[in-house]
Amino acid sequence: MKLLFNIAWTHVSSRVRQTLVGMAGVAMGVGFTIMMAGLMQGSQLDFLRQLVDTMPHITIEDERRSVPTQPADQEYGAVQMSDIANVGKRPGIKYPESVMSSLRSWIPGDVAPSAKTTAIINHGGARIGITLSGIDTRREVQVSKLASQMREGKLDDLSRAPNGIIMGEALAEKLGVKTGNTVLLIGGQGIQLNSTVAGLFRSGLKRVDESQIYSLMGPAQVMMGQSGVVNQLRLRLNDPMLAQKVAAQVEAQTGYKSVSWQEANADLLSSFTVRDFIVLTVMGAMLLTSSFATYNIISTITHEKRQDIAIMKSLGMREYAVRRIFIIEAAIIGLVGILFGWILGYLLCYGWSKITIFNPLTGTTVPLQIYYSLMHYVVVGGISLVCCAGAAYFPARKATCVHPVDIIRGAS
Amino acid sequence: MTEVALQAVELVRRIEGAVSHTLVNGIDLAVNKGEFVAITGPSGSGKSSLLYLLGLLDAPSEGEVIICGQPTSKLSESDRADVRLTKCGFVFQFHFLLPEFTSLDNVLLPMRAAGRMAESEMRERGLALLGSLGLAEHANKRPNALSGGQRQRVAIARALANRPEIIVADEPTGALDTASTEQVFSILRDIADQGQTVVVVTHDPALAARADRRIHIVDGKIAEITERDAGKLVCAAEG
Ligand SMILES: Nc1ncnc2c1ncn2[C@@H]1O[C@H](COP(=O)(O)OP(=O)(O)O)[C@@H](O)[C@H]1O
Ligand SMILES: [Mg+2]
Repeated sequence: MKLLFNIAWTHVSSRVRQTLVGMAGVAMGVGFTIMMAGLMQGSQLDFLRQLVDTMPHITIEDERRSVPTQPADQEYGAVQMSDIANVGKRPGIKYPESVMSSLRSWIPGDVAPSAKTTAIINHGGARIGITLSGIDTRREVQVSKLASQMREGKLDDLSRAPNGIIMGEALAEKLGVKTGNTVLLIGGQGIQLNSTVAGLFRSGLKRVDESQIYSLMGPAQVMMGQSGVVNQLRLRLNDPMLAQKVAAQVEAQTGYKSVSWQEANADLLSSFTVRDFIVLTVMGAMLLTSSFATYNIISTITHEKRQDIAIMKSLGMREYAVRRIFIIEAAIIGLVGILFGWILGYLLCYGWSKITIFNPLTGTTVPLQIYYSLMHYVVVGGISLVCCAGAAYFPARKATCVHPVDIIRGAS
Repeated sequence: MTEVALQAVELVRRIEGAVSHTLVNGIDLAVNKGEFVAITGPSGSGKSSLLYLLGLLDAPSEGEVIICGQPTSKLSESDRADVRLTKCGFVFQFHFLLPEFTSLDNVLLPMRAAGRMAESEMRERGLALLGSLGLAEHANKRPNALSGGQRQRVAIARALANRPEIIVADEPTGALDTASTEQVFSILRDIADQGQTVVVVTHDPALAARADRRIHIVDGKIAEITERDAGKLVCAAEG
């Protein structure tokens, strides 16, 4: 092996320029791929983090996945009903306190109630449809980051102001209201409520910041026209990734529709899958292309070294041993290239992280989020090494399977 | 009774193709241990082809090559490589040294490939071999710093590296001047005198005359065998 390494080393070290080109090729491929991986995963994780921070991990609604059976169904075997009006009131979750305490006993996280309804906010001629969630401020802290997303005021201020509400900065800007101003909320059944803006928040998710409003349970229930009703339970888990599993269990236990954040954002997440697929393909292609220079070098060397190959075989060296020489050469080029690629990749990631861009999702200018992971370096390096070895294998096999006699005859 | 080191039985080498070509056409030959055999013949008569078969570089179409009592026709390619590595040393008209390696490293190559000795032992033997061929001060030079004769002597040292039973040389002096030719030939002669078996192809009748036996080949067949001491001996060359 030492002999093979020696020979390999003499080959690459006597071709400095070619070898450097090969190494540069590998380094570029590895560097840019690591950069892409860091950028892609960084932005994705950043987005998911915002999503997971802002949204409840699981939402339990006061509905069932299937249409509830009508009393007539239970009485008679064959009735058909159509056009049953969903009469007025939402049913609400029955005995929310006992459901919550039962959930708290086993879910790895916490749960808080809310009363959710839609309303129109009316201020100075502007009428904007919004979602109003009545919350329990003490419990809210356990299930959302709302408290930490407050830009003005505190959650507790909700109880100080008359019919206090908290709205997103974006919505406040749209309406032109400030903390302390009064706005008019108009509910579905024409119920009107004068509310005081007690605070402003920013979640970073535009659709939340522009259309979500929070109040205490009381005002929200008034707007719904159903006092005491809780129609939504929101769960926050210690590990958001468990949401799908836990949601299924919750639904099985309570019978209420339980939606994990993944389900709620299925469209977004599936667009990630497509994006991942595209980016992974491009990265693979980059690594493959970056090993072309290595292929080129090994082809050249095997061609130039036909005589040496023949004589080594004629002396009694096994074919696979001779072939290994060229694989080692590619590995030398690959390993050095990968090393520089790692450095390049890290520097590129670092450079990108210094650049700020406008994020249309949040409407803010933020630094690019880069995800640094040892895994990227290991996997990209590994794939690149395999590409290099593959790039060497084919020309090496071709060159070493020739019969030494053919070459020795030709040479003498 | 002298020991047979190398034996060819009914050896045939044919090239199949659009026009089939018989390079070696039924050669029977036994070379004793320590014997120095010269193969002569006109250009294209199949001398090299025979030598490749005897040195297991090429496989016969028919017949058998027996090296130190071991038949070789049924060996796998890698077993044949092992036999080449340890039992046959090759010298060609062209030296075929690895250009990036020093003389010593070139000589060490077969030993390292065989991997049977410690590195220090190998170096010792390599230097001794080079020294015995008058190359002591050239051990650390690369081939391109050596003369043709010196290169060919390095190639001989490489062929001797693993103490092979048999040395086969295909026109080893074909590209050398008279002085170097003389030197290389006396080295080969010495090798045989020390007990190794040498088969050498040469065009030079004067050199061939110094072999123990001269085998003249025409059209892939033995036409004439001349023993050095016992006058002329015409072989039953049929056709
Ligand atoms: N692969 C081959 N295909 C066809 N003819 C060949 C091949 N190899 C050698 N020959 C021919 O076979 C003959 C014998 O070649 P060779 O053994 O090299 O002769 P010598 O060494 O005596 O000059 C030559 O005429 C040569 O051209
Ligand atoms: Mg010849």
